Order: sequence, then C-alpha cells, then structure tokens
Amino acid sequence: MLSGLRGLGVTLRGALRPKVTFEYPKEHLPVDNRFMGFPALTWDVARDEPYCTGCMVCVRYCPTQCMSAKMQDNEKFSEGVSHRKKIIESFEINLGRCILCGICVDVCNFDAIEMSLEHERSERLRNANRVDLPTLLDMGRVYQVEVGWKQSKPNAASPNERAAAKAAGEEAKAFEESVVEPSDPDDSVNTAEETGEDAA
Amino acid sequence: MTENAAPTNMGSTITQVPNPEPGTVDMMVNMGPQHPATHGVFRMELRVDGEQIQDLVPHIGYLHRGSEKLCEHELYSQIITLFDRLDYVSNFNNELVIVSAVEKLMDVAPPPRAELIRIIMCEFNRIASHLLFYGTFAIDMGAITPLLYNFRDREKIQALFESVSGARMMHNYFRVGGVKEDVADDFESRSLALCNELEYGIDETDRLLTENEIFLERTSGIGVISGEDALDWGLSGPVLRASGVPYDVRVEEPYSRYDELDFGIPVGSAGDCWDRFYVRILEARESVSIIRQAIALMEPGDTMAQIRRIARPPAGEVYAHCENPRGDLGVYIVSEGGDRPYRLKVRPPSFCNLQALRDLTVGHYIADAVVILGTLDIVLGEVDR
Repeated sequence: MLSGLRGLGVTLRGALRPKVTFEYPKEHLPVDNRFMGFPALTWDVARDEPYCTGCMVCVRYCPTQCMSAKMQDNEKFSEGVSHRKKIIESFEINLGRCILCGICVDVCNFDAIEMSLEHERSERLRNANRVDLPTLLDMGRVYQVEVGWKQSKPNAASPNERAAAKAAGEEAKAFEESVVEPSDPDDSVNTAEETGEDAA
Repeated sequence: MTENAAPTNMGSTITQVPNPEPGTVDMMVNMGPQHPATHGVFRMELRVDGEQIQDLVPHIGYLHRGSEKLCEHELYSQIITLFDRLDYVSNFNNELVIVSAVEKLMDVAPPPRAELIRIIMCEFNRIASHLLFYGTFAIDMGAITPLLYNFRDREKIQALFESVSGARMMHNYFRVGGVKEDVADDFESRSLALCNELEYGIDETDRLLTENEIFLERTSGIGVISGEDALDWGLSGPVLRASGVPYDVRVEEPYSRYDELDFGIPVGSAGDCWDRFYVRILEARESVSIIRQAIALMEPGDTMAQIRRIARPPAGEVYAHCENPRGDLGVYIVSEGGDRPYRLKVRPPSFCNLQALRDLTVGHYIADAVVILGTLDIVLGEVDR
C-alpha cells in the first residue's frame, strides 16, 4: 500500500517536470550559429557577384571529392568594377557525398564557401543532391541573412577604384605642392583647377 | 565441454567441423549480425547445451571500411575526419589521439588554452559515451526508462558540442597544433551549468538502476575476470579497472594537461558485470570534476600554434595513446616526411576488449551473453575499422 503510494508519487513528479522532447515535424530545434550544415557559396553584395573565384583549393582538400569547380575570366574585372580577375563559372557539390567536415571553409582564401545552417534535405529525385552554382548561391544568401554574415577579409580595390584612388592621390599631391610653394600663386591655382576638371 | 569440441580460433566456425563419430551434438545458435544487443553488426556463433553456452566464436568485419589503408592516402588534416568515424560515440577522444600523435612527431606544442578546450571536450564526450552505455545496457536487459533518462542528458552535451564545434557527432574540431576556433564567450558559464545538470542526471541514473534487485541478479557474479587475466588479454579502460587494476593512461602517462588536474581512478573489486557498470558511473562523476577544474584553469589566449597549414611531419615513427571511454586507444604512425603517413596503425580498445568475450561468456546462459557483451561496451566502428 505504502510502496504503491510512493510509486504514484514518483509518477506524479515525473508528470509535473518540464518536458525535454520536441515534436519534431511540428517543432524544430534551433541550431547554433556555428552549426555546420551543408556548404554554400557566399554572395558579395558590394560587387554583386560571388566571392568564389574557382581557385579549386576546396576541391583539392575535400576528403570525399564531393565537389567540382570551373573558373572563367571575370567580365566585371575588364569593366573595372571588380577586383577579381577570375570568377566561378560552374560549381557542383554532391551533398550526398559531403561529410560536413568544414575543411573547405578552413582552406578557402576568399570567404567564398561557408557551412550553411541548412541540414534538412530530402529530395524526390536520386540526383537532386548534386547541387549546382545557383542553388549553392541561394543557400549562401539565406545563410548570410540568417547569421548576419560578415566577410573576415575586406575586398581589395577594383581597377576603377584603384584609378580613382590614384587620381585622388595625385590631387592630394598637387594640393601639397601648392601648399609647399606659395611663392608662385598662379601655377598652384592652375594645378588645382586642372585636377578638379579631371575628377569631374 | 564434450570431447569433439571445435577449435575456437577466429578464422574457423564451429559448424564447419564434422562430427567424427555418431552421437549427440550441441545446438548452434547464431546471434547477430542483426541482433539488437550486439550494438552494430557483430555476429556470435554460440554452441549451447540447453541454454548454457559451451563455446563462442565471434565474427567481426561486417563494418570494415579499411580506415587504416585510407589514411595512407589522406592528408593529416583529412585523417581527422576518418578518426571521427572510428569510435562514433566518443569522437573528440579519437580526434585527440591522432592530433597528439602528429604533434608528437612534429614536436609542436598546442597553446595551453587549446589543450584545456580539448580536455573539456574529451571529458564531456566521455560522459556522453558512458551515458549511452547505461542506456543501451539497460535496454539489453529489458529496462527502458534509463535509456530515456540518459538520452535526455546526452542531448544537452551534444547541444554544447554543437555550439563549440558546429556538429553534434562528427566534429572535425581538433587540429594539428590546436583547435579549429576559440569557444564562444558563454562557453564557461554554459559548461558549468551543464556540469551541475549532469551531476544530477548521473545521480538519478545511479538511483534508478544500480541497487535494483533484478539488475543485481542479472549482473553481479556474471562474466567475472580477474585482474591478471584481464591484463593478459590486453584489456583496458573501465573493463580492466573493474577487475581492480588501477591503470589509466591519463595518470600513468599523462598527456595534454592531465598532470595538472586532480582526479581519482575508480576501480572495481570483483571484475563482474556489475563492477564494469558501476565503474563507468563513477568515472562519469570524475569527469565532471575534471571539467570543473579545467574550466578554472582556463585563461584567454591563442587556440592554434603557429604552424603551416599542411602538416608535414619529419620522417620517423611515433606511437601516441590516450584514454578513450572504452580504453587505451593508440595510434602508430610511420612517416616518410610527406604530407601523408606511410603507414598508420590503430590500437582499438574495443577490439582488444572483445578478445576476452569467449572466456567471460562460456558457462553462462544466453541471456547473460548479451549482458556481458553490453558491459564490454564495444563500438563496431572501432572493432572493424
């Protein structure tokens, strides 16, 4: 009798405890920002192109050979908008082969690949886990927004920016010269006007 | 034992040996490879007289992936991912072995903070591994509640792992010369809170199962092995310590910063299944105390030594071993000076502990074979490699 009551007490205590389970399809456990889901390619918003240059370092270091990449000349470089001479043309990851080790992220020199938070992928087609460049970039965009991603290395200057910086440098130099040589006022004024016209 | 007992070396099977003269033969029973109590793909061939086991031949190799051979073709940084998959319930401990072996060969010392992070992760993983052992061991004997209790606590540990390494099981977090990245700012407070919860959880498990009358009937006096026999078989870890031999690599040959920490080695006395079970509970408690001490020692600093990205150890040979939750895990590397090892050999504790299975089992009942195998706590990923 007494032991029966004690047993009921244990049951009651158990019933009143906070629950530790999640009803999986309805609820999802939140994942940490460090969570290593499937790899994704990041998007450079400032240059409006992927960070990836197709240098293949991740492809070479991947322990399962799950990815392939191809590079091409970057048109934006010839236009002077971007600093990347080469840009990714096609990139394929077989996510069925990927073991989520994160080595590709470690070795990447351009912040181009990141382990996204995406971890639930079930597909109907057999080869649907072979994802291509647009899909990887989409996954990357989602990831960048989710974690408020920031690149660790700032972008180098593009040719246009370099030219602008050079011009600005010349302007500053000319201004300095004008300050140093006040004895010849006409020349200094002319130089300043000329650089001003150039910049405009 | 009948006169026509079959030879019991690993290669042959009992059933293949013909009976030389007519007479009564014992029954052969196959357990596994799909038996739930074998914790993987392991087959035992039992010769039984009624329900009593007369002979046992273990069959392994169902999970053989050729990890050692694969290692010869992988960079040292890639080998860490293979080691994650050896003993897949104590991944951090496996990573520590390969990483410390390469560091020993290269003569590199990781920064003190990285060493402490490694110790904390390994000890949490030891608790997680032992928790899984309680649960599955209880399931083997028909008790279901302990499994639920222990998965509740293990889940918390894995959530911590996720916040540190980004993965719940296959971490790839340790690097040659340090760890991948520093822990988050709230790591210390979170770990200490988890330590308290785990202490409570372990106590609860202890209360639930240890003194249970049926549990005692099933485990005490079953599968007894003496300390000398255990040493002769090359057993290690909790299985050896349950027989009263206080051998622990963390104390005998302190690696990392274990010499700065103060902890006890729980030993058993009888060397039976109950001792092997209880040693693990006590060990989990010791691990909690190790984690607390390690957190107290933690100071801000680097987590990665200044070495080249591709580890290129000099030519030479090295053996490093660490205390895994299952025992003494060793790695022997022969390097020819390249970025890949020439030969890599793993000394898996599960495999060595499994050798004693026949001696432990013969004379007991079939139901006890499950219990004995449970207390050896093998992981087939490590046995077969």
